[in-house]
Amino acid sequence: MRRFSGFAVAREAMRAHKGWGQQWDNPEPKSSYDVIIIGAGGHGLATAYYLAKEHGITNVAVLEKGWLGGGNTGRNTTIIRSNYLFDESAGLYNHAVNLWEGLSQDLNYNVMFSQRGVMMMAHNVHDVQVFKRHVHANRLNGVDNEWLTPEQAKAYCPPLDISKSARYPVMGAALQRKGGTARHDAVAWGYARAAAARGVHIIQNCEVTGIKRGQGGEVTGVETSRGFIGAKKVGVVAAGNTSHVMQMADVQMPLESFPLQALVSEPVKPCFPCVVMSNTVHAYISQSDKGELVIGAGTDQYTSYSQTGGLHVIQHTLDAICEIFPIFSRMKMLRSWGGIVDVTPDRSPIIAQTPVPGLYVNCGWGTGGFKATPGSGHVFAHTIAKAAPHKINEGYTMERFTTGRLIDEAAAAAVSH
Amino acid sequence: MLLIHCPYCAEERPETEFAHAGEAHIERSTEMNALTDEGFSKFFFYRDNTKGTTFERWRHIHGCGRYFNAARDTVSDKFLTTYKAGEPKPDLSKLVDDQTNAGAKS
Ligand SMILES: Cc1cc2nc3c(=O)[nH]c(=O)nc-3n(C[C@H](O)[C@H](O)[C@H](O)COP(=O)(O)OP(=O)(O)OC[C@H]3O[C@@H](n4cnc5c(N)ncnc54)[C@H](O)[C@@H]3O)c2cc1C
Ligand SMILES: [Zn+2]
Repeated sequence: MRRFSGFAVAREAMRAHKGWGQQWDNPEPKSSYDVIIIGAGGHGLATAYYLAKEHGITNVAVLEKGWLGGGNTGRNTTIIRSNYLFDESAGLYNHAVNLWEGLSQDLNYNVMFSQRGVMMMAHNVHDVQVFKRHVHANRLNGVDNEWLTPEQAKAYCPPLDISKSARYPVMGAALQRKGGTARHDAVAWGYARAAAARGVHIIQNCEVTGIKRGQGGEVTGVETSRGFIGAKKVGVVAAGNTSHVMQMADVQMPLESFPLQALVSEPVKPCFPCVVMSNTVHAYISQSDKGELVIGAGTDQYTSYSQTGGLHVIQHTLDAICEIFPIFSRMKMLRSWGGIVDVTPDRSPIIAQTPVPGLYVNCGWGTGGFKATPGSGHVFAHTIAKAAPHKINEGYTMERFTTGRLIDEAAAAAVSH
Repeated sequence: MLLIHCPYCAEERPETEFAHAGEAHIERSTEMNALTDEGFSKFFFYRDNTKGTTFERWRHIHGCGRYFNAARDTVSDKFLTTYKAGEPKPDLSKLVDDQTNAGAKS
């Protein structure tokens, strides 16, 4: 791997940028690996990177049916925050935020992590009570989150309409200053490049079609569109397709897959300084460094693998955006798209061993897993390497749906992203 | 937006008139107390989440208000059929045949 540095930029400037070269290899699959990761999204690539970096396991392949980062990693609105209610969530999401803070240096790749603050707006008495409760719970867990009056919210985000006559009055907001955004593609590319530099094989256009098992039921490898590949351990990190992949090993999952859409506007000059989320009226908005407003909609109501959703869902979100930010009412939207998100009953992920020996799963991130990418990969790599969970993901098992020890962020009225 | 045929109203209406109500044909035990933790968990939390033809419940919430079932392909989002609650699962092989025939004709 050729390191990026100020010197490298200067050198390349002298020779018309012809020396950057390919950032990672495109190898043919070997006949077997110590570990196979199914799915080259951010979580799968991060898992491979930390397997190599933290555990010295480099005989690893990441298999991707399409192109790297083409799943939800490349389709999300990139909101990063950690102000969830429960202790387990604080542990996991704050672990991720801590890793985000040093990630560009660690990967030697600019993931454009920008801690511009995430502001969650309260529009009614219930919101106010719930968010204040979150602020208190977060502070007990050492998670940064503070309560703002409507005037303070307006000062932090000037385009906001806080007038009393607004259709969705702003009664206050919870602000996490450490939250923000990162560049989604750069996260996938940065992890891919750094993992490949440590010997990990990243194999695109390689769909897993079966999971092979031995005499004792243990995993022995995977069938793929490019033939059989053996493996001692297999980690499934397939987001919306997890149920489908786990079915190949006869494991049913407590998951449902739904379309989730996002859209961007035409690019404009910098006008929107932070991330604003409004769960009650369902609007999520920030401005990318390219100048586009990045807007997240809600999930469609039915399960689907189509990677498209209904137009009325997007319209609903735009209605809300225009009410809260009247200055955007005449902006044109450029593109919209959908991803398929895997949702658990309690809206918390599963990062765990499975009933099948050698088979591991990292899924259920639903509408909000981008923010957790580094933390998720880090603890999942530990789980695979040690065949035991990291302290941080001990509670994120599948068995919690039998024992009843849920991590119920759904009931905690947490927001989607 | 999906167009959904309500078997009670016998009309195709826009999706916004309907509420999705999860996987169909999940039977609630008549003896819930006798269920093991595993049994309850399967019933309550685990879902097939099929990639392909799924059986699901819908409710015509802004119409007749009734629940009914549907068979839908979750990859194309096309409905194969809808049928009244309580009716048995339709024969899949026949449904898929009907669809391909219809496709061939049109
Ligand atoms: C519109 C939208 C907005 C979102 N907004 C946010 C947000 O603001 N903040 C946030 O934190 N999260 C957000 N999310 C959620 C976030 O995108 C996901 O939780 C996260 O990116 C999941 O990462 P992943 O690596 O697990 O999955 P993915 O990036 O989806 O990677 C899974 C990969 O597995 C591959 N795969 C599947 N089946 C197979 C197979 N059989 N063989 C080989 N490969 C296979 C897929 O092609 C895919 O590339 C959003 C999601 C969407 C769709
Ligand atoms: Zn009806």
